[in-house]
Amino acid sequence: MDVRAVETTDAVKYTSAGALSDPLRLDEPAAFYLPCEPFVVIEPQRSWLKLRLKELWDYRELLYFLAWRDIKVRYKQTALGVTWAVLQPLLAMAVFTLIFGRLEGATADGLPYPLFAYSGLLLWVFFANAVTNSGNSLVTSSNLITKVYFPRMIIPAAAVAAGTLDFVLACVLLVPLALWYGVGLSANMLLAPAFVLLTMLCALGVGLWMSALNVKYRDVRHALPFAVQLWMFVSSVIAPSHVVPAKFRWLLFLNPLTGIIENFRAALFGRAVNWTSLAVALAVTLGLFVSAMLYFRRVERSFADVV
Amino acid sequence: MRPIIRVANLGKQYRRGALAAAPYTTAREALTAALGAPLRALRRQPRGRPRDNMLWALKDVSFEVQPGEVVGLIGRNGAGKSTLLKILSRITDPTTGRIELYGRASSLLEVGTGFHPELTGRENIYLNGAILGMKRAEIARRFDEIVAFAEVERFLDSPVKHYSSGMYMRLAFAVAAHLEPEIMMLDEVLSVGDAQFQKKCLGKMSEVARGGRTVLFVSHNMAAVENLCQRGLVLEQGRITFAGTQREAVAHYLRSANSNTLPPPRERRDRIGSGGVRVLALQVKDTEGRPLDIATSGQDVDICLHYETAPGFKRTPVVASFMVGNQFDMPIFLQHNRLTGNDWGALPQRGAFVCRIRRLPLPPSTYRLGYSILCDDEYLDRIDDAGELTVVAGDFYGSGEVPPATHGCCLVDGEWRIEAEARLDPAGSSGEVAAQYETVGERP
Repeated sequence: MDVRAVETTDAVKYTSAGALSDPLRLDEPAAFYLPCEPFVVIEPQRSWLKLRLKELWDYRELLYFLAWRDIKVRYKQTALGVTWAVLQPLLAMAVFTLIFGRLEGATADGLPYPLFAYSGLLLWVFFANAVTNSGNSLVTSSNLITKVYFPRMIIPAAAVAAGTLDFVLACVLLVPLALWYGVGLSANMLLAPAFVLLTMLCALGVGLWMSALNVKYRDVRHALPFAVQLWMFVSSVIAPSHVVPAKFRWLLFLNPLTGIIENFRAALFGRAVNWTSLAVALAVTLGLFVSAMLYFRRVERSFADVV
Repeated sequence: MRPIIRVANLGKQYRRGALAAAPYTTAREALTAALGAPLRALRRQPRGRPRDNMLWALKDVSFEVQPGEVVGLIGRNGAGKSTLLKILSRITDPTTGRIELYGRASSLLEVGTGFHPELTGRENIYLNGAILGMKRAEIARRFDEIVAFAEVERFLDSPVKHYSSGMYMRLAFAVAAHLEPEIMMLDEVLSVGDAQFQKKCLGKMSEVARGGRTVLFVSHNMAAVENLCQRGLVLEQGRITFAGTQREAVAHYLRSANSNTLPPPRERRDRIGSGGVRVLALQVKDTEGRPLDIATSGQDVDICLHYETAPGFKRTPVVASFMVGNQFDMPIFLQHNRLTGNDWGALPQRGAFVCRIRRLPLPPSTYRLGYSILCDDEYLDRIDDAGELTVVAGDFYGSGEVPPATHGCCLVDGEWRIEAEARLDPAGSSGEVAAQYETVGERP
């Protein structure tokens, strides 16, 4: 669907000058001041290289409300409520420490293993939830898609955004953990939000791809949880990338999450940043994100017919 | 005046399979299809011939709507009404053509889209408003109005899953009713809720319509279309077959197309009777003799049994009768000429038994028609399931409101009044009722 103009703007020219009279007055025929240009043109879509970012911006409030709904609803009727946000990475950390904890010296860059695991899990749990939720978001919102128009991208984006609250809550625990293990947090940690942003971007890229594919191929619903599970093992969550033979390490770096998580850790605890892995992660993430946007825009017009 | 909606050569094509089978595929199917594609390309039919697995849900639809007009869009199920509305509201994409909207549009294909049962009424108002395209400030400004309209003040902070369905619908409609677009597109939203609420919605709708808003209204409720709209468009099989005033459009719609899927009595073999008289066709006509496919509640109709007699048939008196039953085979009424005292003596060799029904007392539904022709308690001809009659809501009561078939199988005229002086007679036949009052202690 090609939409040229979406929104009334001040720039719109009206055919008749003068103030708009109260449109709801019943006693006289309402005066009409039609714009010269249509607000909306609906046509079969021809070009598919348009992202229509302006339109997305216009719908930012909907993004907010959908994310807000997800957050509100998620912990309704749960006994532990938002504690779950902290419990998830914490329990995973405990289990990993129990099993892999003795690898400490060799793997964790001088970092106590629990801290190593928790810092990685922080980003990972956020990423995994974001990808899973946004991947299924379009299918579960089919009632919206078939009844109301808005840029469909809002739905998977809201699913990613809704995960940030959990992430922030889980982050709070990092400070006492670091103190407990006597590891100082470095000033570099001010860079950490940049990595969070990068994780969001990556999650959104994957989420957009998966959600759009899921509309047409319901296989995604089955494949996604499994793929995400496997993905964790190659994302430097459990063990750092240098346990992998140098010959194959570049493969690991093609996974943007490796670069993001390792450098996030480095920033937190003041270790050296690996610029190569960071550059690769950045490039792959941007590639994923832009391609996902383009693909999504191309197929979204058929969602209502297929979902 | 320049139109506010301009639709030109609009078309929408669906793959037939996509409608019939499960619309989504698995990756495996897509792969097999992709591998098979070159083979199919070789076998492709010459260009120009339509591919038979494609279906035009809409074809060459063009119309214009002037600012402030309220246009009713009518047509039977599958005629393309919903598709047209979905394209206009940008939910789905047209295959051909172009639409220009010279105003902000919002559409209401159902009420309560996006309502979440776990959220409270207050929260749902904001969420639903945002989904329908309202800004947060706009919702906040109209919040009190919405709540007042929905009459849910006391339950505003409980989750809507605890609402009665009536409250739920009221709240949902209230949010939608407070949208302020220049163009409003509505799909059958009035068919929800109780009668009182429907009335309120109709009231709100006509307020909107009179307020100079441009409204496109899709409905099966002919009474609502006649009352609310100024113009009507009739869609048949994806094309606009009629455009005019709402009355003309409704009239056109009611006599258009042939929905009778049952073969006419002429071709039927499942008949009973000795065959002195045979009914060839059963028709429902309006008072001007035009065959009706669909009748409206409250309309004057003629039921016509076209017949021919066997050679040399001279017996009298012949009684013609027809039965109207509902979809559950429950008889609703029977009519024959012995009841009405109409005697016609010897029959012409061909003709029609015609029964005029004044103010058809049937609520909207589909009915089964049966007939029998008798002479001296002997069936000459009889088919119990001879045809169908579809009745749509019409203005039986003159109030624009017709109860649905689920509230009663027929419509009965009446008049109401209040009698302030009316007293219960304790000694009379209603003593039993009076006794009940006494035990409750409500009588003075």
